[in-house]
Amino acid sequence: MLSWLQNQVVFSAVLSLVLIAGMMTCVAYCIYFERKISAWIQDRQGPNRVGFLGLFGNFHFWGLGQPIADGAKFFLKEDIIPARVDKPLFILAPAISMIVALIGFVVIPWGGSYMLGDTIMNVQVANPDVGLLYILGVGSMGVYGVVLGGWASNNKYSMYGAVRATAQMLSYEIPMGVAILVVVLASGQLRLEEIVLGQVGGNGLWNIVLHPVSFLILLITLFAETNRAPFDLAEAEQELVGGFHTEYSSMKFAMFFLGEYVHMITGSAFICVLFLGGWELSFFGIGPAFPGTGIEDVGLISVIIKIGVLAVKVAFFIFLFMLVRWTLPRFRFDQLMRLAWKGLIPVSLGILVLTVMGVYMGWQRSVLFNLGSEIAIVAATLGVVILANKPVTGRQDNMPVVTQPLGG
Amino acid sequence: MISDADIILIKEPKLSAADKLYLTQIAEGVKVTLNHLFFKPKVTVQYPEEKRKLRVDNYRGVHRLNRDPDDRVACVACFMCETACPAHCIHIVAAESPWEDREKYPQQFDIDELRCIYCGMCEEACPVDAIELTTEYDMVGQSRDEMIFDKEKLLNVYDQTKDIKPRKNPKISGYQGTGDREKYDQLRERLEKMIEEREPGESKSTGTEGNVQ
Repeated sequence: MLSWLQNQVVFSAVLSLVLIAGMMTCVAYCIYFERKISAWIQDRQGPNRVGFLGLFGNFHFWGLGQPIADGAKFFLKEDIIPARVDKPLFILAPAISMIVALIGFVVIPWGGSYMLGDTIMNVQVANPDVGLLYILGVGSMGVYGVVLGGWASNNKYSMYGAVRATAQMLSYEIPMGVAILVVVLASGQLRLEEIVLGQVGGNGLWNIVLHPVSFLILLITLFAETNRAPFDLAEAEQELVGGFHTEYSSMKFAMFFLGEYVHMITGSAFICVLFLGGWELSFFGIGPAFPGTGIEDVGLISVIIKIGVLAVKVAFFIFLFMLVRWTLPRFRFDQLMRLAWKGLIPVSLGILVLTVMGVYMGWQRSVLFNLGSEIAIVAATLGVVILANKPVTGRQDNMPVVTQPLGG
Repeated sequence: MISDADIILIKEPKLSAADKLYLTQIAEGVKVTLNHLFFKPKVTVQYPEEKRKLRVDNYRGVHRLNRDPDDRVACVACFMCETACPAHCIHIVAAESPWEDREKYPQQFDIDELRCIYCGMCEEACPVDAIELTTEYDMVGQSRDEMIFDKEKLLNVYDQTKDIKPRKNPKISGYQGTGDREKYDQLRERLEKMIEEREPGESKSTGTEGNVQ
């Protein structure tokens, strides 16, 4: 009956359709939960009025109909293309932004292997040799939509946003790449599926145990790559109206918005795969694999469990993204640059050097060596900070010391 | 000129080495937001279902036209409120009273609630405490005409709010509210006495022709 599905190409096509539909729903509800969480953090209630056409009387399902109403609103609003914009680019930019975000997750291994009839399928749209490089490349393309949108808008605020986004992306790609390189060196793999298999209980520990600092650096750079607070300088409302999307309205704006959230989901899945064992559940690789999440489990139920495990991990990171957004104020631009160039890049390079040494000596799986080197790096950083007597981000630099009161 | 003694110089807080790495401070911040997220009570008032408690008990909201204990309109159409109103939003058409105890009654009594500035002057001016401002503030209408409250509507407001004596202003007249039968009888006696003291015939002279607005 399902023999037509027993072909990886067909299976991947079906899977990608399912993923796109699922991803769009997820994004809509991410926006809902972002509004809810921001409201709760500010002691408010959040959206709680839109139910389902009032079919259930006065019960509004905690506003769960809100994403549908928001979507309908976006489609029905007037789509303004201002007079002096670069029209082709103006239309193209949001599409690029969203497409790039959407094609990012084709290489994410969602649930290991699946035995369909007598054929083994990868629950993954594509499994190229260079999956990790692919996701890095596609992730960097995300800024292209922002830059084109800002440029084409013919608006100085959009332009500022685009320029900021470019500089920010360029700066944060470096520590991101180096932090990922540590994982690549340690696991010797560029295939994401293989990186997950290397972390399955019994095979090895989760990479977060071996490289906590690299994990932290990747997490910080992901905030910057997805343009989320405290790195949302590209759309700083207080300074730049709306930043790169000032001139956008209706569905074009929604596409930028969707792109940002899809980017968040992809980024979270990426960091889970690299550092948290992907679909695997064995508690940091210390315990045995959770029943149904081993490599040899290829039944439908185990695939569902694996997808569920990855979904929970991704949900945790999305929650973290939202929590941080409503906790931290935005960086000033010079602080942003200093954090990348003076903070993250030296630290990640230091870890890289030590990891290379470990790989040369054959210690890449040694907890003692890896944790020791991470601790050494943190200690060195702290030492530099204390000796220089300056914060890493230069937060308190260039502040005049007031000895005489002004006008006194 | 501010003297030096009055100036407080605030020094920047000294950051420890861990604080300079930001991470401890981020953890502090996340602790605060998590606390609000899960443990702090929400302050939002779900408006149509629940209403905020008014902070003052003499809040000036929509008007009501009081009834006397005989369920008649308490207003005697004296035009005091219309004269006192700085926004000119009250319009009264007086007519000869069908009742013994007073000369006039309002045939028509309109308040333009959109024009009203809710100053409460009408309430101060009223000699029989017939017009009062309630604490109700959520009246709506779909047109401007709908927001001109006529006598029936204003009496209706009274019917809905008669258990509340909304305002605690100092009393100007000795009259203590329309719901109080004893005080009402006292006032009635006083009015009847006033009418008796007048020459007969004079009381009949104020008819409808005097009711120019």
